[in-house]
This record gives sequence, structure tokens and C-alpha cells, in this order.
Amino acid sequence: MRKPLIIGIAAAALLASYAATRAQAPPGGPPPPLALADVKWQPWSNTGLPRIPTDLGPDGPAPRRQLAGMWDPARGGIGARGARGMPAPLTAWGEMVSKTHKSGDGVRQVEAPDINDPLSTQGDPGGYPRQLLFELRTVQFLPTQYSIVAAFMWERRYRTIWTDGRALPADPDPRWYGYSVGRWEDDYTFVVNSNGTDERTWLDNAGNPHSSEMTVEERWHRLSEKRLELTVTLTDPKAYTRPWVALDKLPFVQIPENVDLIEMMNSATEAQAVAAAFRAERELERQQAAPGK
Amino acid sequence: MKATLRGLALAILGVLVVPVTMSGHHGSASFDNTKEITLKGTVTEWLWANPHCFLKVDAKDETGAVRNWNLEFGNPTDITARGYSRRTFKVGDEISVTVTPVKSGAPVGRARVVTLASGQKL
Repeated sequence: MRKPLIIGIAAAALLASYAATRAQAPPGGPPPPLALADVKWQPWSNTGLPRIPTDLGPDGPAPRRQLAGMWDPARGGIGARGARGMPAPLTAWGEMVSKTHKSGDGVRQVEAPDINDPLSTQGDPGGYPRQLLFELRTVQFLPTQYSIVAAFMWERRYRTIWTDGRALPADPDPRWYGYSVGRWEDDYTFVVNSNGTDERTWLDNAGNPHSSEMTVEERWHRLSEKRLELTVTLTDPKAYTRPWVALDKLPFVQIPENVDLIEMMNSATEAQAVAAAFRAERELERQQAAPGK
Repeated sequence: MKATLRGLALAILGVLVVPVTMSGHHGSASFDNTKEITLKGTVTEWLWANPHCFLKVDAKDETGAVRNWNLEFGNPTDITARGYSRRTFKVGDEISVTVTPVKSGAPVGRARVVTLASGQKL
């Protein structure tokens, strides 16, 4: 009899804490990171399997120099309002570019029909590092002899992180997902450095800009068998006055590798259909305001 | 006991998920979050798409005139977790849906709870 009461109180406390967290987030500002203990993996999809295990079982010690597996940041990875860390001040170039970004979230937020996000309205690739700062859902690391392949649920994109000792290109031709190399800094910290990104892509869903001169450092720290955290630091002197931390210890949990993830893509066809639906809404509102016109 | 726990878990998930999925990609200033209305009508279109799904429903207003409502949902991934799929609706289905309408009075809103003809609630 007492157990449901205790669970109810715990649930109420959780909801109150969640509501307080949302209330404290500044308008357009970044939400605070989730505490590690609050991270629950999301059963996005598991086609073909009758039961989805939500109990992750007991945790264990972190294996040495190993990232292989499927990792889920739950809702902590979605980042709709922008990067978690507060961006550094924009340079004059950054200001100029940011004024052209009409986003669906954050300080540049406009009404839905006016959004010009190339990802959501045109079906462009989200690009890197937006891949880490918006809709970061499940990611699977697949080690090979020369690299670690990171396969992302969102957009169904993959990146190759070279681990064969090669250097980043000195003068890279920009690419949607840039160039990445990785190394083990110690037995439990895998550091990825990237450059050569395409400045047509937005940094995040708040429309923060970046240049193709940006360099990115990802630190994937293995805390235990089933816990991992990610810190992302951006250095882009063309767009920002100083380096800044966009993700600070974002927690992940390891989920079973037999989960068949849902297909989550942003096709050009769907992007256009959604944009048309928003325009239709605006037209209905216009007719309501001025019937017969 | 198991049912209680399951219900509690679903309630928590619902509270945590719904506001986020509905506000994830654009503003909500035009919606009247203090109001909830119930529409009973016929599905005319179901758009299953990223970053938002849309449902169009013909429903009579208080004068008996039919209005075609444009209802927003979250993205397919998030609403899949609430039981929706690409095949949830087909044109002609009779449904009931609670809606957060826009302030202007236009037939536009955000869908909350859908009741299918079978009685199933989503």
C-alpha cells in the first residue's frame, strides 16, 4: 500500500522538478543539462520485437578504449532551442550572417511560415556539428581497423572518425559533415577533432551561425559500462569572439543493440509539404481576420 | 499494482513528452493554451512528415457550418511513442480530437488527444 504512495510522491517531485527546470530556462536560452540520474533511454522503435526492454540491467565498470555500441541521450539530445552552452559573442561577420537566419527556436525565432532553416524547409543535410547540437538521438559506434563509424538515428547519417593516425587536412574543401580524426587521450576518453565544415549549415536549431574555419573538439568520456558523456567545444574566430562549450557532459546510456531504430529523416518532399501546411495555417488566420478578402 | 505502475509511467511520459514535442520547432504564441475544444469530424488529410505531422478534419461549428481544421502534431518519432503511425488515419475516418486552438478563431490548432472510431485513444 505504501509503495504506490512513495512512487506517486517521487513522480510528483520529478514533475515539479521538470516544470521548474522549464520555467527557469531563459526565453530562447539553452535548457540546463539533464542530470545523469534523470536520463532514461527512449524506446524510439523496435520493429519486429514484441517487447522492448526498458530495464537496462546492472551497470558495470567501463571497458578500456571501447565505444562500440548503441548510445542514447534520451530527450537531452534534442536541443530545440539551441546549443546547451551559451554561445560566445558573435563577431561582426557572425552578426551579419545570423541576421539572415530565421529560425523556429531561440532568440531568432519567427512564426512558422517565415522560417528559412535549410534543414527543415528545404531538406538540406543538417551538417556538422548541428548533428550533435540538434536532434541528437541514438548514435551507434562501429569500430573498424582504421576508424570508428558513428551512425546517427537522426537523418540516418554516418560519420567516419579516422583513428589510423592521419592528421586533419590542412586546407580542407568544405563538406556538409566535415573531416574528423579521433584518438584515445586516456583509457576512457576518446577525443575527436574536426574541421572543414560547410558554413551553409546552421550550428543549431536556434540559427546560430558558424564559418568553414571552425574547428570542433568532441570529448566522449566513458564513465561506466552503460554510461557515456559528451562535451563539445567550438572554436570559430570568424564567427565567435572566443571558443565556447556547446555541450557540457551530455549523458548517454547504452541501449540494447537489437533495437531497430525508427526512420527519422527530413526529406525535401516532406519539408516542402510541412512548409505548405504552415502557409495554409497562415492563410486560414488571414481569412479569419479579414473574411471575404 | 503492475497496472498502476504502468499507468503512472505513461502519465509521466505524457507530461514530459507532449509539451516538448509540440513546441520543438516553432513558436506557440498564436495558440490559446488556456483553451481546449473537442472536434468531432471526418479526416480529409493526414500528413506524416518531419518536422511536423498535420491532420485535416472537417468538423461542424456551433452554427452547423463545416470548417476544415488544420491540426498540428509533433514529429513522427515522438508521436510514434504515443501510438501514432503513418497509417493511423485515412481519408473519411470519423474521429474525435481535443485541440488547443489558435487565439484568432481560425480553424487551426494543436491536437492533444485523438479518439479513433474504434474508441482507441491516442
